[in-house]
Order: sequence, then C-alpha cells, then structure tokens
Amino acid sequence: MGETTQTVEVGYGGTERLVMNMGPQHPSAHGVFRAILTLEGETVVAVEAVIGYLHRCHEKLAENLTYVQYPSIASKTDYVSAMTAELAYVAAVEKVGKIDVPRRAQQLRVLVAELQRIASHCLWLGTWCMDMGGALGGGATIFLYAIRERELVLDLFESLTGARLLYGFHQVGGVRYDVPAGWAERCRQTVDLIGRRVDEYEAMLEDNPFFLVRTQGVGVISRELAQEVGVCGPLIRGSGIPYDVRRTEPYSSYQDFDFKVPVETAGDCFARYRVRMVEFRESIKIVRQALDGLAEGPISSRPGVKSVGQVRIPKGEGYTRIEGARGEVGCYLVADGGAKPYRLKWRGASFSNLAVLPYIIPGHKIADVVAIMGSVDPVFGEVDR
Amino acid sequence: MSPLVYHAIVGFVVLNAVIGMVTYVTLLERKFAARMQSRIGPYYVGWPHGWLQPIADALKLMMKEDIVPRAADRWVYNLAPLVFLVPCVLVFATIPFAPGLGVADLNIGVLFFLAVSALEIVGLFMGGWGSNNKYALLSAMRAVNQIISYDLPFIFAALVPVVLAGSLQMSTIVEAQRGLWFVGAYGILGPLAFIAFLVATLAAENRVPFDILEAESELVAGFRVEYSGMKFSLIMLGEYAHMIGTSFLGALLFLGGWLGPGPAWMGPLWFLLKALFVFLVVTWVRWSFVRIRVDQILAISWKLLLPLTLLLLMITAFVVAARSAGGA
Repeated sequence: MGETTQTVEVGYGGTERLVMNMGPQHPSAHGVFRAILTLEGETVVAVEAVIGYLHRCHEKLAENLTYVQYPSIASKTDYVSAMTAELAYVAAVEKVGKIDVPRRAQQLRVLVAELQRIASHCLWLGTWCMDMGGALGGGATIFLYAIRERELVLDLFESLTGARLLYGFHQVGGVRYDVPAGWAERCRQTVDLIGRRVDEYEAMLEDNPFFLVRTQGVGVISRELAQEVGVCGPLIRGSGIPYDVRRTEPYSSYQDFDFKVPVETAGDCFARYRVRMVEFRESIKIVRQALDGLAEGPISSRPGVKSVGQVRIPKGEGYTRIEGARGEVGCYLVADGGAKPYRLKWRGASFSNLAVLPYIIPGHKIADVVAIMGSVDPVFGEVDR
Repeated sequence: MSPLVYHAIVGFVVLNAVIGMVTYVTLLERKFAARMQSRIGPYYVGWPHGWLQPIADALKLMMKEDIVPRAADRWVYNLAPLVFLVPCVLVFATIPFAPGLGVADLNIGVLFFLAVSALEIVGLFMGGWGSNNKYALLSAMRAVNQIISYDLPFIFAALVPVVLAGSLQMSTIVEAQRGLWFVGAYGILGPLAFIAFLVATLAAENRVPFDILEAESELVAGFRVEYSGMKFSLIMLGEYAHMIGTSFLGALLFLGGWLGPGPAWMGPLWFLLKALFVFLVVTWVRWSFVRIRVDQILAISWKLLLPLTLLLLMITAFVVAARSAGGA
C-alpha cells in the first residue's frame, strides 16, 4: 500500500549494479521515508520511493470526531507546522457551514500562519544543512542556529496557546485564544531578531563555495515537470511559476496584506533555498503588518462553544486550500448535517512534492539524494497522514 | 641502560601520552564546537566544564556489547580496528617533542611519517569490506578514492619544508627554521604550502568538508557502521591519533616545532601549543563547512591541489638550488 512504482532509468555505461535500501530508518530520511536506490558506483540510476510507514488513519479519525474535537487532531498531520492543517480544516467547515469569521480572528489566523511558516522554514534550513554538512560538521552548526530561532517562535506560541508543537488554536468560527498582554511587543522583537539572524545565515551559506557547489544545478525541476507532477509551494515557485494560494485565491484576509511572492527560475536546490529565504522576510513583513493593523472585536463568531457536539454543519460539501510552509494544503469535507463530518480528504503538500523525487534523483550521486530530499522538505506525518 | 630499554620506556610513555591526549582532545573539540554553536558542551560529568566526560565516554564504550554481524568476514572484521590503529599511533615514533626528546629521531623521519600514515587505508578498507554492509562498502570505496587523491598533494606539500631544510630528519628541519618559520618563507611560497598542507590534512584525516567516508547523513557512519563497543573506540582512537599526529607534523614542518621565546624547557610547551593551533584550525573548518561530493573532492585534488603543490615544490627546489649556487 502506498507504494509509488515510478522509476526512471538513465543509460549509464556501468556493468554492475547495487541495490541499496535507504530508510525507513536512516539519519536523513526526515521521518520514515524509504528510498530503494539502484546504484552504479556512486551514481543513482533509479529510485523507488516507498511511503506509508507513518499512516495513522487521519481521515477515518475525522469521521469519528466532532467539528470541535478534530482541529487538535488535524494539527498532527503536519506536526512541524501544526497551525496550517488546523486552519485548513476549520476553513473547510466554515465554508460548508457558511459560518463567518470575525475580522480580528482572520488577522490572528494570518499572524500565526506566518509565524508558523518562519518556524517551519527554520527547521527546514537546519535539517537540510545537516543533511549536506553532517551532524558532526558545519551542518550541525547551522542546525543549532536555526533551531535557536525556531525556539523563539515556539515560545511565542506557548504564551499564546499554552502548547509548543500542537496548538489547537483554531476553532470553527474563529480562534480559541486572544493575544495576551505584552505579547505583540514580544512578537515584534522576536521577528526583528529573526530577520537579522536570517541575514547571518545567508552570509554564512551563500559566501561558502562548498554550499554553492552542493546546491547549484542539483535536483533541477523544470517548469514543465513541476506542472506535470503537480508540486507546490517553494518547489513550484523555485521552478519559475508564481503560484501561491495566498495570492491566487486569498483566504483569511490575505488580500489586505502587502507581500511579495518570490519566484526563482533555476529550479535547483539553490533556487528552492532562495525562495524560502525570501519567504522568511516576507513572513516577517506580514507579521508586522498583522500586528499593526489588528482589528478590535471578538475573536470568534461562536463564543462559548463548550460541548464537543455543539457545532453542527448542514448537509453539503466543500474544498478549501491554504498555503502552508510546504505548499498547498487542501481539505475536502462532506457534511451530513450531524456533529461529525461524513467524509474528509486531506491533500498534503509534502505528498505531492515527494512524487517528484523519482524524476529528479536518477543521474545524481548518493550525496545529492539527501540534498535533494532535504530541499523538498517533506514531513511524513503529512505524506502518510 | 641499554638503548633498547631506553627506547622501550620512551615508546611506552609516548604511547600513553598520545592516548591520554586523544581522550582530552575530544573534550577540547566538543567544547570548541559548542562555543561555535552557542552551546555549552559537556558540563556536568566532572563539574565544572565536564573534565571527566572523556573518561566516562571511554568507560561507556568499554562496557558496550561487542556485536559481530552474522554475515561479516570475521577475521577481516575483527582485525580491521587494530590494523587501522597501529599506523595512526606509529607515526608518533618519529616526532621529536624537543631536541633529543622523542622515541626515534630518524634521519628519514618525514618519509617514515608519510609512509606509515598512508597505511591506515588498509585498515579502513578491511573494516568496510569485512563488515559486509553496503554502506560500509561504499564508504571503503570512497576511502580508497580519497586517500589516493590526497596523499600526493599531502606529500608534495610536506616536501616543501624538506627541500627548504635539505633534510628528512625532523629535528634538522626544526633547527633550519631558527631564523624564520617555514610558514613565512619566501613571500607567498611558505603560506601557500602551509594552506595546501592544511587542506590535504583535512582530506587525509577525513574531516568535514572531506568526510565523505563517514558521511553520516548518506552512509550512516560509513566504514564503521557495524562496529560497536571497544572496536568502535579503537577506530575513533586511531582517527584522533592520526589527527593529532598530523597536527604535530604541521607544527614541526611549518611552525618551527619547539622554537619560541623563553628558556629551552619551554620548547615542548611551544610545540604543543602550535600543534593545538593546527588542530583547532582544522576543527574550526570542520564545524563551519558543509560536506562536498565525492566527484567534487576528486576534482579539487587532481585539478587544483596536485598541480599547485607540484608547482610549489618545483619553485622551492629552484629557489634553493639557485641560492646554494649563488652562495657557493
């Protein structure tokens, strides 16, 4: 189950082949990914991607939990950016149930989504560099720097929601918690600091010839391939297509914010890195705007929801999509009028991004496999669900 | 006292000093890396600052279960750590720590050092082959590639001071630096040779950015993936001994060994400080770069480092020949 059989052969002149199993338990598997590599010497000639080691029946769980209960489970699909999946779920429920969301809640959703993007990109940068640089080398240095900044964002989330990883912040009709006293000022200071630190990472990485030779021209996703496979997020923007759900189909008041959608045309690991580095800055910009323009008013259109069965959605179905840190996260919901959804389908960004690996890995060296995989930034909770 | 007994005693002392140094160099590296990464590093084992951490590590490794994979080639697998360790420690035999203080100040000291340190590849390959593991095999393959490519530039860079001093004997090379350390000899000649030596050292020691043998994010732990317990610690001991040995060589050949201000008894101290400096430079590079790919490593060696060091050696030889002709 869940096996992709897509393999690509390239004609190499070698005579002996070695089949090597990379994963599901491997230091740079980013979770539980299994790649069956066929090698000729150091060169990978075919790769078979096997997923499904982290399947937790998320969609079936959704059918058995009420609209009030499920958001805190939804956050466990992509546990590195938990706010994203929560938001996708409650947005789908609100769309089917035609529930309005107050303006302040919309802005708070944007605020936490962008903070989450910063935290998620911090983790991506660290783990990716560790894939290339080794846990006992320069990669670990970047990893520890990036984790230090992610910690600051998690501190903000902790004082906002009480949790550091899986938040339960969103609820149908709004958000659960308002900004505590003094939080906005702390948030401003934190993003200022992170902005300065991002400059430091750039200086450390882009002036480093070894980093450049490891990333430039490696794992090129052409514009056509990107569209054909249907990659999303930083991958498709790194391949020259300016597609960002926040811009093409604004949700949660994103239309009121001023931000750039970074696009790079090279399509290699370095292009994806550049896209994410610019996204750091754009997210910081959006966070500042959200803090400046935070509207007064209620944070939920259904305050005082106490009982878990209290939210009922009329019969209907709907699909919402939002731009998570890894790309487009979609949620398709069918409601039958009860307190629980009839059926729920997740579209994970990492899942569709991972599908590109068998096309771009063959022809590269083993060392590039981990660099390419890191640049795709998969989270296996979201792939397998 | 017969010379045999004397040398046996000195050898025993040096061997134990090396092992003790290896133990504490790991702590130094961990502390140094921690500073670079804004951490504290080992702290609580032997408060303050983790003075007992290396001892605890060694004890832990000794008490670990020794696992031999069922499919391993037992003889090769079990012998590999020893075959790896012996040349790594043997290089210290030729290193004089002060005039007359050392196991054996051979008249072919540098040659002995280079030849013996090149032998470690045998142990590496035995470990990679004997483990019967695909990751280990790939790592052994990379090891052979890398050592062959980097031993030549390493030797050529090390020969520059030899030509300058006109001797292969370590103590003579040091004495020849009494006026000016070879790192500063002839404008950019000395510095370039020293830099080439450092780069080749990084590769010969398998350190980031050239640690493709270990490459824990691709090959898990490379040739030592199947080793555990004492055999693992023997390999680590060998690696660090090799690293310190090369640092000492760098200090001898380029930084003037035990020469320095102060009375003669401070010589070994100066020598140790200079070796530590070389070691820390290597560590500094290790903790700030990412690893490069096997084909790029080979390209750097064959296309850049080898021609450069060869050219340096030739220029040095010409300069020395011209000077002696002019002087005579």
